[in-house]
Amino acid sequence: MDSAQQYLDQILFGVAPYLALIIFFLGTIQRYRAQAFTYSSLSSQFLENQRHFWGMVPLHYGILVVLLGHVVAFLFPRTLLAWNGHPVRLYILEITALIFGLLTLLGLLSTLTRRLAFSKIRTVTTPADLVLHLMLLVQVGSGVYLAVMHSWGSSWFAASAAPYLWSIITLDPDISYVLAMPFAVKLHIVNACITIGFFPFTRLVHVLVIPNPYLWRKPQVVRWNRDPAAGRGGS
Amino acid sequence: MNVRSQVSMVFHLDKCIGCHTCSIACKNIWTDRKGTDYMWWNNVETKPGTGFPTRWEDQEKYKGGWEKNNGSINLKSTDKKRIVLNIFHNPHMPSMDDYYEPWTYDYQNLFNAKEGSDQPTALPISKVTGEQINVESGPNWDDDLGGSPLYAENDPNLEGLTEDQRAQLSAIERLVFFYFPRICNHCLNPACVASCPSGALYKRGEDGIVLIDQKKCRAWRSCVSACPYKKTYFNWFTGKSEKCILCFPRVETGQAPACFHSCVGRIRYLGVLLYDADRIEEVANLPTEELIEGHRSLVLDPNDPVVAEAARRNGIHDSVIESAQKSPVYKFVKEWRIALPPHIEYRTMPMLYYVPPMSPVMSVRNEKTIEHVSDNLFHDIDQARVPLKFLANLFGGGHEAKVVYALRKQKAVRWLRRALTVGDVTMDQAKRMLNEADCTEEEADAIYRLTSLCTFEERFVIPPSHREEAIEMIQDPHERRQSAGFGFLSGPRRGL
Ligand code: HEM
Ligand code: SF4
Ligand code: SF4
Repeated sequence: MDSAQQYLDQILFGVAPYLALIIFFLGTIQRYRAQAFTYSSLSSQFLENQRHFWGMVPLHYGILVVLLGHVVAFLFPRTLLAWNGHPVRLYILEITALIFGLLTLLGLLSTLTRRLAFSKIRTVTTPADLVLHLMLLVQVGSGVYLAVMHSWGSSWFAASAAPYLWSIITLDPDISYVLAMPFAVKLHIVNACITIGFFPFTRLVHVLVIPNPYLWRKPQVVRWNRDPAAGRGGS
Repeated sequence: MNVRSQVSMVFHLDKCIGCHTCSIACKNIWTDRKGTDYMWWNNVETKPGTGFPTRWEDQEKYKGGWEKNNGSINLKSTDKKRIVLNIFHNPHMPSMDDYYEPWTYDYQNLFNAKEGSDQPTALPISKVTGEQINVESGPNWDDDLGGSPLYAENDPNLEGLTEDQRAQLSAIERLVFFYFPRICNHCLNPACVASCPSGALYKRGEDGIVLIDQKKCRAWRSCVSACPYKKTYFNWFTGKSEKCILCFPRVETGQAPACFHSCVGRIRYLGVLLYDADRIEEVANLPTEELIEGHRSLVLDPNDPVVAEAARRNGIHDSVIESAQKSPVYKFVKEWRIALPPHIEYRTMPMLYYVPPMSPVMSVRNEKTIEHVSDNLFHDIDQARVPLKFLANLFGGGHEAKVVYALRKQKAVRWLRRALTVGDVTMDQAKRMLNEADCTEEEADAIYRLTSLCTFEERFVIPPSHREEAIEMIQDPHERRQSAGFGFLSGPRRGL
């Protein structure tokens, strides 16, 4: 293999993930410190209330389940392989994953066309929104393509992607796992890095600020101006 | 007893002339920024009418506020489970179509148009998209009953009225309407606060003003659905919700809020109420017919030494207690009992009260002159032009008794003044009226004075906020000398 290719692979799969993670952490933290006001999901439901449902709901329920799948496969690869040992269970898992992947894809296409089709929504669409949609489209598109064309992803993810990811986070990158994989997988990985690196500069930061003590706090919130330490008044 | 203080309000509806000065004062100060153009933190509605946003009182549609569910109260559509599941798409949230698309006019065209045979016009352009639009609705689209068949006849408060009563509202020459100015009620049990997943909304301990922390709001927009009065608004540009702040920077410096200050009809009163925070939940849980009385019972007597002592223990400043003792709101709500909360059945325990309006004096045309129906000068209340049921739906939680009480007392005051100043009713008659209305002569005089002769200082008894002391406990102002100061230092920039 020629050395330029080796060099490129090393950068794409051995260095880029670290770059992406560094930008992700520094970027989101600094944005939160300096520009907390800009942390918002920037909802556009107020401007358009009908199509909104058909984009946001499939997109989010889809992506959350798919992401959950990735996390589980990453954390418990052996359990997953054991589960897949039985063909029926493998089919169920694969079909579920595909359904949620397609849901995400449809949701994305729907939100993107909505952004372009409604003039009110266009006025609140920033260049960052479009770049983000494009990146997500590539990400989800390649994911669904993999699910269809390279079956039993849940098994090969556990067998080769999970070790690769572990090698990344244990600071001992082993890119040999990746090199053996088809192009679509490589695209999926590279685009994931780009998305993570771009994350702090998009509305995706809304994912980081989902609540909080909401689920167990008391319904009413009271804030005092005077010295909280004096403890007078209570809440 | 957990005594807290609340800057509360009374709007005397008999005095509102529907001039919208209050709305403009507010708009010019707070909501002339991009994304807020459609908001009216203060708006004045014509009743009967559909209001702003359209039919906001229809909780079948908007599902705001609380509802009683075997023994406890829940947010109608914005409880925790539903907020989490519906966070991506909020099913009962009003959209811009329920308000209106803000617009301006293409004035440049008046100057730049090519020479032609027609006068150039300034066409309306959307303040959202900048494109030309067909203006289809706006705030006060139904002002003074404009378009009644579309608006007035669809007022949600007409529910339960008979055909006769409805006809009575719009009969030729007896047509009747009144104005209903609205701001955020700065509730004791605010649905907006309870619904927020980010905990961005809060009630200030010292004065009860309900605010949205702009840095914590994440545009989950639950508050917009949760507030049954639709007094939180979504800023579509910054992606943050905003609401009436009761002009707290003015109140903290001893000035009346802008809408109060500018009110032409002098219908607005502002003052402190001390209340028992421990009993809010219990009261919000009462059966509907007991809500008004229960709500009133939360308000404590500032002249009672026990209350004052408990207040002091809670860190309420003596000057605030003193202010509560002079509060005009206390008189209307507690002493005279003629001010009522709007739509108490939403159970948010609003702290803005309304003195319900008297109907116009009935008159008959006699050849060329108009004469009052003299022996029944101020007509019997149950035959008032505005059906009692309608007022009860607005201010009585559907029950007429409290509204009748408030109207009867106001009527008695008028009879007394009539006897004293015009003399076409006898003092005996007036006294009989007062007696029936559970009102003494002194009380009638006090009501008359605070209603008709009130000075600025009597209408607005603003408690000193002692912010200067409060801030020093948390942050040392000297530390920041010659630097940029503290607080919100950068402009509200939209996120990426
Ligand atoms: C539990 C986690 C999440 C919550 C609570 C959440 C919530 C939201 C909300 C409320 C909106 C605004 C929708 C509107 O316009 O009204 C939004 C938009 C969006 N979210 Fe999420 N989100 C979550 C996770 C994610 C994830 C994991 C992704 C993708 C990786 C994502 C991608 C997006 C995108 C692209 C939009 C903008 C869509 C558009 O307006 O065109 N979200 N999200
Ligand atoms: S009126 Fe609405 S916005 Fe104001 S405090 Fe009450 S629930 Fe909240
Ligand atoms: S300024 Fe006063 S009188 Fe005029 S509309 Fe507003 S509340 Fe009514």
